[in-house]
Amino acid sequence: MALRVGCVAPPGKALDNKTGAWRVFKPVFDPETCSRCGMCATVCPEGCVRETEEGTFEPDLDYCKGCGICAEVCPKDSIRMEKEEK
Amino acid sequence: MLEFMEGSHAVAEIVKRCRPQVISAYPITPQTHIVEDLAQMVANCEIDAEYITVESEFSALSACLGASAAGSRVYSATTSQGLALMFEVCFNAAGMRQPIVMTIANRSLGAPLSIWNDQQDSISLRDSGWLQFYAQDNQETVDLHMIAYKVCEDHDILLPAFVCFDGFILSHTYEPVSLPMQEEADAYLPAFNPYQRLDAAAPLSFGMYATPEYYTEFRYEINQAQYRAKEAFVRAGREFGEQFGRDYSGLVEGYRLDDADIALVAMGSICGTAKDAIDEMRAAGRKVGLLNIRVFRPFPGPEIADALKGVSKVAVLDKNISLGSGGAVGTEVKAALQGSGISVYDYIIALGGRDVRKRDIAAVVDLAEKGEGDMFYGLRTEVL
Amino acid sequence: MRELRIHGRGGQGSVTAAELIAYAAFEGGVFSQAFPAFGVERRGAPVQAFVRFSDEKIRLRSQVYEPDYIIVQDPTLIGDVDVFNGMTAGGIAIINTEKPDFDALVPEGVKIYAVDATTIALEELGVPITNTTLMGAFAAATGEIKLDALEHALRRRFSGSMADKNVRAAERAYNLVGGAV
Repeated sequence: MALRVGCVAPPGKALDNKTGAWRVFKPVFDPETCSRCGMCATVCPEGCVRETEEGTFEPDLDYCKGCGICAEVCPKDSIRMEKEEK
Repeated sequence: MLEFMEGSHAVAEIVKRCRPQVISAYPITPQTHIVEDLAQMVANCEIDAEYITVESEFSALSACLGASAAGSRVYSATTSQGLALMFEVCFNAAGMRQPIVMTIANRSLGAPLSIWNDQQDSISLRDSGWLQFYAQDNQETVDLHMIAYKVCEDHDILLPAFVCFDGFILSHTYEPVSLPMQEEADAYLPAFNPYQRLDAAAPLSFGMYATPEYYTEFRYEINQAQYRAKEAFVRAGREFGEQFGRDYSGLVEGYRLDDADIALVAMGSICGTAKDAIDEMRAAGRKVGLLNIRVFRPFPGPEIADALKGVSKVAVLDKNISLGSGGAVGTEVKAALQGSGISVYDYIIALGGRDVRKRDIAAVVDLAEKGEGDMFYGLRTEVL
Repeated sequence: MRELRIHGRGGQGSVTAAELIAYAAFEGGVFSQAFPAFGVERRGAPVQAFVRFSDEKIRLRSQVYEPDYIIVQDPTLIGDVDVFNGMTAGGIAIINTEKPDFDALVPEGVKIYAVDATTIALEELGVPITNTTLMGAFAAATGEIKLDALEHALRRRFSGSMADKNVRAAERAYNLVGGAV
């Protein structure tokens, strides 16, 4: 990469970095017990939990680092962390 | 045409003619009348600029940095502690390669509390990446602002600059200056043409994160731009001379150096007093000359070595002290003259507003002649 | 090069006097320079301001130590401050006083013009601000500035009746001292 004057860069560079590869545990969401409160999406540090058409939630596993905060905050215990099988 | 006015007012007048689009400064003591005058000019619609009032010097330069990145020609002024509070933003402005011009009315730094002149403030930011120009009188102060914008905005340079003039000694002195007509200023300094800018339609981030693989190279490029600024200054100074009849094509300026045996080296208004003292010493048969360092960053080491090659002794007048080392200018002059066989003596002088008379200059020359230097000149040992 | 040192107290307009005298001299075709003794500004504290006059561009930046001329705005300064310091024969001192009783302090050969500027200022301006009055006396005593240039300088600084009053005060002192030169 050639340097740009002033260490300038266009936005969106973070999308190139698929942090899902860093994951050891992955979150598994259970839409049956989900109360649709959206806390998981609010707290996700990667911003990769999305609302589905049904109003429940799912992670974008390309970027989910498996930190488990969503599982920790879920009031219905609808998210469980599972060992990733690679 | 010469007009009679205060130094600070002359700066405001030339800044107006440089057509800044955004001005931000924090007008608390220590400041000068510059920003007061500019605020008035903006209020009177004499300048088509946005005047951003802020709550500190840190914010003032931050506002300038953002406005510059957005593609505006910007201006600020500060001094002393105000500049100290801008320290972090100064490094960012240079690293983001924004061509901001800021006037420094040089004053000492506390503690002890002092409102008076020396050059400690700007010299303490010598490593920040800003170009630094020093004026001998108010005419040079005015002229260097136009040259500064021209050099800074050159797409091969893209660095910010301090135009330094001695606080009080120049900022509060009334003397004749020649200001260009607006059309003349426009002919010399065309409208700002940003190299790249913040634009919502094509977003950019400035001053991104650089990992160890890249940081060194970014710093190298800033340093290279500093060195390129030498040639850009010479070119802009020559063009200025061609248009206005006052030549600034030298990074340094020699005075009666041709057959000099001892050379004084100094920056700023002390050069005027030194020139008068030199004329008196010359009349008494002493071969003394002066080298005025007009551009301190980039440091003109080879140019200094060339200008001083005929002398046997050099006395550097340092209006600053790099505590624990010596005068900042003296240290660099010694490095520039390394291996030349010339003896270089450094004198810490005129700190915190102590007045310098012609006889002080002569006394420094006497000390250098005797080989006594690297000292605080005129130290009042009776109070120690 | 000739040098003037103005002694006053904070608030008496010494810096303005220096500026206007230097401006009038510049208008008269010489190079001039005016600056204050930079200090912590406090009303009533002894202050100094300086002017240089020269046929060549002025480079010197030190304060004035051996003045050709002094103006003393307030007689109470004499004794408090060595106002005559550095003066030598041929020097001219313009002193605002109604009781010139300081002969013992005056260096040999220094010409004194004692002007009761406070009375003139009170009569013309209604306030005891003596700087413009003493400028008129300075013009007459030294010839460094012309009266019309001084008037121009005063009208540039003050407007309306304030300008007229200050011009009249300066003229009275000019004529008073002019008669004594």
